[in-house]
Amino acid sequence: MAVPGAPLIEVANLEKDYSTGAGVFQALRGVSLGIAEGEFVAIMGASGSGKSTFMNLLGCLDRPTRGSYHLDGQDVGRLSSDQLAALRNREIGFVFQGFNLLPKLTALDNVALPLMYAGMGREARRRQAQAMLERVGLGERSHHTPLQLSGGQQQRVAIARALATRPRIIFADEPTGNLDSETSRQVMDLFSRLNREEGITLVLVTHEADIAAYARRCIRFQDGRVIEDTAVTEAAA
Amino acid sequence: MIFTSLLETAWHALTTHRMRSFLTMLGMVIGVAAVILMLAIGQGAQAMVRSAIESMGSNLFIIMSGAVSSGGARVATGDAPSLTFDDADAIRDLPDILASAPVSPGGAQLIYGGVNWNTSVYGTTPDYAVVRNWSMASGSFFSDADVRRGARVAVIGGVVARELFGDEDPVGKIIRIKQAPFEVIGVLASKGQSLDGRDQDDTVLVPISSAQQKIFSNTLRNRARFIMVQAVSEKRMDAAEASINDLLRSRHRIGLGQDDDFTVRNLTALAETAASTTRIMSLLLGAIAAISLVVGGIGIMNIMLVSVTERTREIGIRMAIGARRRDVLWQFLIEALTLSLFGCGIGLLFGIGGAWLVERLAGLPVAVTPASVLMAVGVSFLIGVFFGFYPARRAAGLDPIDALRSQ
Ligand SMILES: Nc1ncnc2c1ncn2[C@@H]1O[C@H](COP(=O)(O)OP(=O)(O)OP(=O)(O)O)[C@@H](O)[C@H]1O
Ligand SMILES: [Mg+2]
Repeated sequence: MAVPGAPLIEVANLEKDYSTGAGVFQALRGVSLGIAEGEFVAIMGASGSGKSTFMNLLGCLDRPTRGSYHLDGQDVGRLSSDQLAALRNREIGFVFQGFNLLPKLTALDNVALPLMYAGMGREARRRQAQAMLERVGLGERSHHTPLQLSGGQQQRVAIARALATRPRIIFADEPTGNLDSETSRQVMDLFSRLNREEGITLVLVTHEADIAAYARRCIRFQDGRVIEDTAVTEAAA
Repeated sequence: MIFTSLLETAWHALTTHRMRSFLTMLGMVIGVAAVILMLAIGQGAQAMVRSAIESMGSNLFIIMSGAVSSGGARVATGDAPSLTFDDADAIRDLPDILASAPVSPGGAQLIYGGVNWNTSVYGTTPDYAVVRNWSMASGSFFSDADVRRGARVAVIGGVVARELFGDEDPVGKIIRIKQAPFEVIGVLASKGQSLDGRDQDDTVLVPISSAQQKIFSNTLRNRARFIMVQAVSEKRMDAAEASINDLLRSRHRIGLGQDDDFTVRNLTALAETAASTTRIMSLLLGAIAAISLVVGGIGIMNIMLVSVTERTREIGIRMAIGARRRDVLWQFLIEALTLSLFGCGIGLLFGIGGAWLVERLAGLPVAVTPASVLMAVGVSFLIGVFFGFYPARRAAGLDPIDALRSQ
């Protein structure tokens, strides 16, 4: 249940330890922040600073070692694995650097997959998947498999898949990391539009300042901590 | 998640690796085909034995002239049968006995018109029809009066009727048995094969007196090679056997410690032994075939384990977009079940086809029963669940983030 005025995402003293051969490695060392509904946030920082670790926790793909995470007022740490799956399915869309499409399925079937896990019937989910593909400008390519698509097109299919169940939040970990600047621009324009026109909350990790410039808030990580959290001025974009 | 979606997903995964799916299924195909074929052969043999036993008559003893030594070898049968017609009559008068027929067996050539046919000839009495529970296809059996006056009448089996008469009605016709003319007064109903594989319809029955006088021309009047006896019930078989032994020993004046000059065999017990032997044989055949079914199941488990390892990333992606553990479990379980049941279906076709070929080409009796088909399907289902569950649980137990990071 949403508390009025409370942020959509709220993490407090979030820590993540990885046990490695050399011992325990602290990838996150106490992150506390809030993200309100409708925000567009860029996360930056050096390689190994814990950005992906943080995104995986926000995306409910992984559990924190310590600290709390509230999503829409719900304590995520208390949810069962089935409840987390439902959250990933309905509330969250995840976009990866490497697209993570199923190579044997067509674009349409890839986009329809989350709808299958949502329990939607075959015809309905194909219709909705087609609509999502049209929204990302790939209505004509619905029967292509990922291998028959360019990198930019694959990432747009992945975005359509993230959008399929109409989630409120999209997490994107270096979504343009594998794309050239022109296709990166197309993908970022799409993200901006989704944020502006549909109010989808967006959190994305990037190394590039011009990508971060699309966002309205920039959080900087270093050694598993937030070292900077600033509003991006319109002028910079 | 919707069941049809699961099937669709399984089908897609299996058709993506056609060759692998085919080879995995082959194990099940061979297993199911073997089980069906072996059960068909075993049950065919059982059915044949059962019908042979039924055709034999029930609660039967055969009393043979001559003794069997303790070592089992037949000694001193000689040419003189020890059993007499009076022995047979005396046995019939025992309390637990229903019928008792002396039999004098032999072979002879039959002639009718221009046709001749060699067959076995049994001289006996009307009790024989009772003991063997043998009814008539047409005409009638000979009577006690026929036996008393040595009437030259004969009752013929179906094979003899066909060979000698073709489409003609044999009743009332005169045939020659070893030159002596006999009138055919009846045709026996068909009995088919006996337990020892002889065709029981290839036979002629005549009054025992006429057989000895006109056909076998031996001098051993009123003596029989063996006596067929029917007891009143299965329960009274042991008592009947004891009283037959006592009666014959006293009639033949065999003193204490002297060997019998006759042998009593409980045919019904022998037949039951034969039946249980075939039952055990068919169970063994089925069990051996079932092993190949289990091997097929292990093949499925092997491939499913490989598949789970190979598709770890796919599992991670599915979990990331909302698949619950049980969705993943079902996905892999349904895949295993599809393999086992599809293999089973094809195996059934091959098994039934194979059984048909065995019947046609090898002449063995086979019987594919609905029970064995149901059993094959049921076992295949269980194999799919049993051998598919472990790999499926492994897939479902993966951590989303670890699965996504794999490769
Ligand atoms: N599964 C893991 N086991 C052990 N250590 C890990 C694991 N995942 C990440 N790490 C370590 O945690 C630290 C943070 O990793 P993370 O992937 O979050 O970095 P990042 O900021 O996303 O870097 P990049 O910009 O290169 O993607 C790194 O030092 C990494 O080596
Ligand atoms: Mg990273």
